Amino acid sequence: MMAQKVDVAKREAESNANRLGYMALIAGWLVPGAGHLMLKRWGRGLLVLGSITCMFVLGIMMGAKLYAPNAADLLDMLGFLGDLGSGLLYLISHAMGLGQAPVQIVTADYGAKFVVVAGLLNLISAVDAHSIAIGRKP
Amino acid sequence: MSLAPSHFTSVILFAIFASIIFGITQRSTPRAMVRYGAYCFVLFLVAVIAASWLMYFIRH
Repeated sequence: MMAQKVDVAKREAESNANRLGYMALIAGWLVPGAGHLMLKRWGRGLLVLGSITCMFVLGIMMGAKLYAPNAADLLDMLGFLGDLGSGLLYLISHAMGLGQAPVQIVTADYGAKFVVVAGLLNLISAVDAHSIAIGRKP
Repeated sequence: MSLAPSHFTSVILFAIFASIIFGITQRSTPRAMVRYGAYCFVLFLVAVIAASWLMYFIRH
């Protein structure tokens, strides 16, 4: 009877950790650093928020092209997936019509890489928040 | 508002932000994070300077 109760409590705790892990993953993807902030890792969360946001904004200011889904071009699709990693930053910028001008100067090409890499780094950070939430990382 | 930094400034900015994220995500303790972040930053810069010299010698 006692063992059964312990088993149920253990399963419940695992289920809660899993739920928290997925919430941290999704929050971290949507808003850079939100996954870490949710888990009260304030320093890491603020650094991730600052770094990813600065990288994304600098990219846009450099004249980056924001990729849109284009099944006809594999490179465009890869760029789109990278951009999408920034979550709301990408969705809002795309909705505001930013990054639609053609790339004309070399720094604009760098800007496009800044935006794609910001998205990829944000995905790494979101996975890191998930790992912390489920106890895989301290 | 637009921004047109030089190539080297772009590399430094890129290296700073990427190194911060690498440090935070790839190590567990604050001390190890700082060390790994600094290590990545230096590697970025050394790789860029080495590649630049390589391209210079190919061109000349």
